[in-house]
Amino acid sequence: MTTAIGDPQRRTLVIRSSPHIVSGASVDTIMFHVVVALLPISAFAIYAFGLTALTTLGAAIVACVVAEALLNRVAGNSGTLGDWSAVVTGLLYGLTLPPGLPLWMVAVGGFLAIGVGKFLFGGLGYNPFNPALVGRAMLQAAFPVAMTTWLPALTAGRFARLPSSALALPFCEPTYDVLTGPTPLSAWKFDHVAEAASDLALGYVSGSTGETCAVLILLGGVYLALRRMMSWRIPVAILATVALLSAVLHAIEPARYASAPFMLLSGGLMLGAVFMATDMVSSPMTHPGAIVYGVVIGALVVVIRTWGGMPEGVMYAILLGNALTPLIDQQIRPRTYGHAHRQRKAGGA
Amino acid sequence: MSLLGLATFRHGVHPDEHKEATEDLRIERMPFVRSYVLPLGQHGGKPAKPVVRVGQSVLRGELIAAADGFVSTCLHAPVDGRVTAIDRRRHPNGALVEAIEIEADAFSPQTVREGEPLDVDVMPREQFVAEVQRAGLVGLGGAAFPAHVKYALPEGRKVRELVINGCECEPYLTCDHRTMVERPAAVVRGVRILARQLGVERSTIGVEANKPDAVEVLRAAIGDDPQVRVVPLEVKYPQGAEKMLIKAIFGVEVPAGKLPLDIEMVVNNVGTMASLADWFDRRVPLIERVVTVAGPGIERPANLLVPVGTPVGEVLRQAGGLSQDTREVVMGGPMMGQSLASLDVPVLKGTSGLLAFTAQETAHPNEYACLKCGRCLDACANFLNPSRLARLSKAGRHAELEQAFVMDCMECGACSFACPSNIPIVQLIRASKSAIRSRRARS
Repeated sequence: MTTAIGDPQRRTLVIRSSPHIVSGASVDTIMFHVVVALLPISAFAIYAFGLTALTTLGAAIVACVVAEALLNRVAGNSGTLGDWSAVVTGLLYGLTLPPGLPLWMVAVGGFLAIGVGKFLFGGLGYNPFNPALVGRAMLQAAFPVAMTTWLPALTAGRFARLPSSALALPFCEPTYDVLTGPTPLSAWKFDHVAEAASDLALGYVSGSTGETCAVLILLGGVYLALRRMMSWRIPVAILATVALLSAVLHAIEPARYASAPFMLLSGGLMLGAVFMATDMVSSPMTHPGAIVYGVVIGALVVVIRTWGGMPEGVMYAILLGNALTPLIDQQIRPRTYGHAHRQRKAGGA
Repeated sequence: MSLLGLATFRHGVHPDEHKEATEDLRIERMPFVRSYVLPLGQHGGKPAKPVVRVGQSVLRGELIAAADGFVSTCLHAPVDGRVTAIDRRRHPNGALVEAIEIEADAFSPQTVREGEPLDVDVMPREQFVAEVQRAGLVGLGGAAFPAHVKYALPEGRKVRELVINGCECEPYLTCDHRTMVERPAAVVRGVRILARQLGVERSTIGVEANKPDAVEVLRAAIGDDPQVRVVPLEVKYPQGAEKMLIKAIFGVEVPAGKLPLDIEMVVNNVGTMASLADWFDRRVPLIERVVTVAGPGIERPANLLVPVGTPVGEVLRQAGGLSQDTREVVMGGPMMGQSLASLDVPVLKGTSGLLAFTAQETAHPNEYACLKCGRCLDACANFLNPSRLARLSKAGRHAELEQAFVMDCMECGACSFACPSNIPIVQLIRASKSAIRSRRARS
């Protein structure tokens, strides 16, 4: 291993199998940039909902990071705290929660997101479902009322104090000392009142902490797509499918079916399409697979919102899409160079 | 077609080029050193057979080992000198192999003895192929496969397109670039000789767009000859791979398991063309080649014309030696080259570069689980699923690997390069391929 000619120091050289250089892309960098892309959305959430958005997001991140640290110790592995993935999960999870949700519920959901959504399946890289949505779905099942009680945006005094519900004691019924109201989607679903598209785009409506400002969410998506840290095909396929289906339905019966702009801009669709469905681990790997996945999710969103019992369907649509991912990856494979046909199906993918 | 409108293949990666240190440096002659080691097997196929004895004096360019069979080639003395040993010596790949050691004659002017040009226009094909083998010519792009084998067309086969590889898609390397810029006439002459022999009506030299000067001088050397053209290509790795180059220029694929010849094409490197011209016009065999010496650990990067058999350590010394913090010396390009365990190994006919890397490049970052981000799929020019192949390799599932076309992998390393989880994808695949090959050989 030492050298002779031309190297009087007889130094030790390392032997490596090629390639000898790497692109420098890293999991940490990708996760960090996702956090960066979410910052404007988080800032707007705090502007729109005040202190309660700040505490919700903070509690969500702390719960996820603490859960990650604890479970890492239990599992006996060390390396995944520094990769920002728990912060990304926590932040995304927090952004999907209604502002004013009792903080103890936020914490419970954060533990569930990391524990059930991620660690139960083997940790980062092995989660079949988006962990943030797993946490949220379990909260929705456990606390259906609290999870569908909405504070209006831009209320006076939102920076002065927290709504009383946020500080509710564990296992006690939260009380709301501020006015609550319907989200634009439930207003449409139950009363057929459509919010103006401009208010929806800019986020001057009630809804989950980080889902209201469509413009900032899209900007975050463009930022990640330009850095090639996100598959742009997935959100484009979802949004195009939702737009197309709802436009057709709206044309058939405008009074019953919401218009395409309303469907695109309301509820959690933007946040879900751009930041949730694009979770790399739980979405397909190939480009055609990503489009199929997006179309399925888009169609499910329209179906659930239009004919389901709930006003919103993005979360379940994405979770169902996640469940289809292994099947999509198994069925849709690239045609290998020099072969006439696609790869034969070959057992478990 | 890319956004730039330049032709290219699909997928692949674009590593930082790092060519600026040497791309404008003229090729310098490496001074003669005391002793040379010439492994008999430094080309694809069977090793050559020595035709000299220990103690015998040899002249520069004299045959010292003859081809052993058809898929083998000749070896010539790189210097005037004396054979001091025919014994086992260290090959750059680490193995001990039979080699001829020659001590240079310190008093010789080391002039090349040129001969009368051969009239290649009237030469029958068999004689042409034999001449190329006598010249010891191999593909200079790195694989070092005997060149004449490609030119001996089986009965009934014809060649429609002659494709010349001037991509040099590996980072750091500039030996082909400098050869094109400094020896355009020899390159074009080689192309014309070969095109005439193969009966090809059109030859295409593919050059990546980061070498506009090469495109320009080659076009000037071609003049208004409609039978030879230069096609600038988008800069992308691994464009220099035969099958990718064909896809880039013609948009067609070579069927799996087949050779370019099966779709009536022959692909050769630009350096090989210049060496071909040297043999037929000047009777100079392949005894030296251009080597790029570069990388962050090299004090004085250079493009050197190095006699085959020169010890690597001497070449590095000519380039100012290694920096204190050098940790790795690579023979070849950074994407497909080989780490050297010792600097006391010779430069071979296939040595395109000697690169020195420091702790920064050799740092081994933590491996994460696969995030299924799909970057390796976008990197793979063969449209395999490297993530899946790596996973199956870790599990040792060879039957499934073969069904997923693992043997089609050309080990270009684009997947490992692109992986944000630092998974050694190509290294895992390489191990599986080798295990599958040895199992096939046993059965």
